[in-house]
Amino acid sequence: MSQVTLPPPDRASIAGKFLPPQEHVPLIVVGAGTAGCAAAIEAAKAGVSVMLVDENPVSAGLVGMNVPLYFGGRATNAVQTPERLVERVLEANPALAEAFELGVDVRLSTSVWGAWVKGPGLNHLGAGLAGLADEEKSWMVGFDRLIVAAGARDLNFTFAGSDQPGVMGAQGFHTLLAGYDAFAGRRLAIVGSGDLALQTAETALAAGLDVAALVEVRDAPQGPANRVAALAEKGVAIVTGHVPLEARGNAEGVAGLVVVDRGDADRRQEIACDTVVMAVGAVPVIELLDVLGARREMAPGRGGHVPMSDEGGATSLEAVFVAGDCARLGQDAAASGRRAARAALASLGKASSVPAAARDASGPAETNGQPEGDGLAYQLDWARAMLATGGEEVLACICEDVTRGDLLGVKPPRYLGWRSNAIARRDLVTLAGDGPVNQDQIKRLTRACMGPCQARRCREQVALMMAIGAGEPAESVPLAGYRAPVRPLPLSVLADWQESAEMDEGWNVWFGIATQWIGYEDIGTTREAEQLAAGMPY
Amino acid sequence: MSEKGTSVVIVGGGVTGLSAAWWLARSGVEVTVVEKGIVGFEASGRNGGGCTHYQSPLFHEEQRLWPEMDELLGYPTEYQRGRIIFQVDPRKERFHEGLSLRLPKGYDWEVLIPDDVRALVPLAGDNVVSGVRFHFGGHANPQRTAQAYAWAAQDLGVKILQHTAVRGITAAGGRVTGIETAGGTIGCDALVVAAGPQTGKLMAMLGIDLPMAPARAEMIVTEPLPMMPFTGVDGNGLYGRQTLRGNLAYGGGPHEWFDDVGLEDAPPKPSGSVTRSLARRVAELLPKAAHARVIRSWAGVVENTPDGRPVIERLSAPDNVTVATMSSVGFGLSPASGHAIRDLVIDGACSFADLSKLSLKRFDGLRGDWRVHLNWLPPEPVGAVAAGA
Repeated sequence: MSQVTLPPPDRASIAGKFLPPQEHVPLIVVGAGTAGCAAAIEAAKAGVSVMLVDENPVSAGLVGMNVPLYFGGRATNAVQTPERLVERVLEANPALAEAFELGVDVRLSTSVWGAWVKGPGLNHLGAGLAGLADEEKSWMVGFDRLIVAAGARDLNFTFAGSDQPGVMGAQGFHTLLAGYDAFAGRRLAIVGSGDLALQTAETALAAGLDVAALVEVRDAPQGPANRVAALAEKGVAIVTGHVPLEARGNAEGVAGLVVVDRGDADRRQEIACDTVVMAVGAVPVIELLDVLGARREMAPGRGGHVPMSDEGGATSLEAVFVAGDCARLGQDAAASGRRAARAALASLGKASSVPAAARDASGPAETNGQPEGDGLAYQLDWARAMLATGGEEVLACICEDVTRGDLLGVKPPRYLGWRSNAIARRDLVTLAGDGPVNQDQIKRLTRACMGPCQARRCREQVALMMAIGAGEPAESVPLAGYRAPVRPLPLSVLADWQESAEMDEGWNVWFGIATQWIGYEDIGTTREAEQLAAGMPY
Repeated sequence: MSEKGTSVVIVGGGVTGLSAAWWLARSGVEVTVVEKGIVGFEASGRNGGGCTHYQSPLFHEEQRLWPEMDELLGYPTEYQRGRIIFQVDPRKERFHEGLSLRLPKGYDWEVLIPDDVRALVPLAGDNVVSGVRFHFGGHANPQRTAQAYAWAAQDLGVKILQHTAVRGITAAGGRVTGIETAGGTIGCDALVVAAGPQTGKLMAMLGIDLPMAPARAEMIVTEPLPMMPFTGVDGNGLYGRQTLRGNLAYGGGPHEWFDDVGLEDAPPKPSGSVTRSLARRVAELLPKAAHARVIRSWAGVVENTPDGRPVIERLSAPDNVTVATMSSVGFGLSPASGHAIRDLVIDGACSFADLSKLSLKRFDGLRGDWRVHLNWLPPEPVGAVAAGA
């Protein structure tokens, strides 16, 4: 006979705690850019109810935190009243009007901060579940199919002074200028010379802004020669073989960018500008897909870490599809959106209304931010040159005040003030000696990528720095995992103020195993029985 | 068993196994730690960091050691002494009465009135009903501590093999002689199994039944806030702390049982499904932080034995095997559990605490359907659509 005292049956597990969501739709599309709108329109035409969710226009608070894009403190006061920006966002995106007309349930200024499907560890889920939020509240929406068309964000490299207003990303610039009509800068220095940088320069000039220079680490501009020449004719300096060294500033932020010859730290020049736009590359926004647990791969030709998907955008998860830049940078976003919609509908047993060939032939291909042919090698050129010229004192993670040197030395965060010989002997090389370096491990040890911008300004460059420091291929550094909420949400907004009675009654601080907390001395005595009868202490 | 030149293999690079490795190495024992992933990457590095476990026979040693750990290890743990627990639910106003029955003698603590709580916890609000303050216990940074053990052990010569899963255990003449990995067999004079949720499977290789069930639990973390004068603060059904960076990191609430976890792979750790209920309780506990933005969540997978109590035991057969599962409460006790394991491996008995009630023997005759009986089962999916929606 067993001598063990068993606890009462478990009432504290997740079983029965969650109510089914109040809303359920057959299809949610995340992101109302070109790909997302195309997907939503395609599905709506087939008679399927679609919810199309887009976080734009985002609140001024998030703009200030550089979420979801690197806005770099160069927004006008227009972002203080996002409700007024809605009209502007609609003007900038005619496809949204078409979606509205087709009856798509369009939710603007609404973010999707998490999404989950039934699987190992989430057996309690029935249908798919998406977490939505606006400025006031969060709520859950059930779905049968989800299409993620979250686009791209900015690839960033920090340099001295880049933590001041006026340093921003190309995607952030484009959103402020074209999406919100709320860009506050006048004169730009653009870092990069590939397609993304050229587009940025062309857009800026067309908007009547000054473009002082394009800065390129390699010896030749990366984009088409005719477009580069056209910019040069308009007075844009093409500075090759150089990288940013330091942003000089004043009370308003950036006032000039000092660039340095990548092979000779004494050869510098200062470019007068109020804005530095980082346009070296873009990064597929895969955060929701990672939270969902979709399988991913490192594919430099598609933009880096991307979901594994087939031609139709099907992922490793039956209910989840991808379209646009988050699946493959630079692909024809509209066509990929339509393909994903058709694949999602087919998986629900519904057919699309128009033959495929008729639609996919039309519309210009979008080539925004196409990755360079040699992928990470180009990014590594930037990282190496900026490390060599700028040194180890430059912040690699702005939010958490982690320098490149802290990263290479795997140093504990500065606020601990920790010094010891033992820790001085540790660095990325010794860590790599114990096994392949892992960015999640480096996060926890140095805090790089742990800040409120959720690593949007540092994730990729930290991985590159780790590869350099450890002497490992950049492709081999595992992705630092994304976790919900993928947007920073106030506790009061995220909170579930309408949870079930079962949640409240069954809530326990740990597992609610009464026998676990009986004092050791009391085990097997009458005091044990008394305490078990009295229940948990709190 | 001689202290010098003894070869001990420890399976499991979590805090329990790493602490044991460090303790053994301090006694001059040659140790190899075998870890299927990265040190401290599972629940050891993913918990609330609490160091206040008065129910445990290891409690006194836990309290003795924590204030010294930074210096002993030579690496930072972020240990902070003390703990305040307070409640905002009027039904829990007298919760300290239940506590007082359980707290061991000789440890200083007091009841706090709401004004006292607010003075020490500026993020608390008008809803405080009562609190307690412990002048013992505390909290530390789990991931930093796990790495500190690993590095300190390495400094003493311990070999740590990461990304090395155990596939078999070899035995001869009633004793374990080594373990089998993809990279070959590693011979040993003694074996320690401290592999968290995988411990049961490893013991099964020896024909020993160690009943346990794995489950997932979640935490959330906010952006950094100004440091409170006292950081070891929880209550309202939460465990957690303000980190030394200023983030609020809290967990609690429902766990999800797994059928099983694999021996060689990292278990799945989806997080976010409990996030909103956690956010609510943190906002209730610390209303002046309700504006703080949640920037992450995470989950960890832990194991529990049927009574939720550890097994820490040197087996009688094979008699060179020591097994340790802390049954989901291992981080804070790790300085002491490592010491206990060191004693069991070297001396055959723990020098500072009676562990007899934590023997595997108590599960002899355990009903075969114990998981069903305890309702420790994966949940059934909820309906897809709300009624009437």
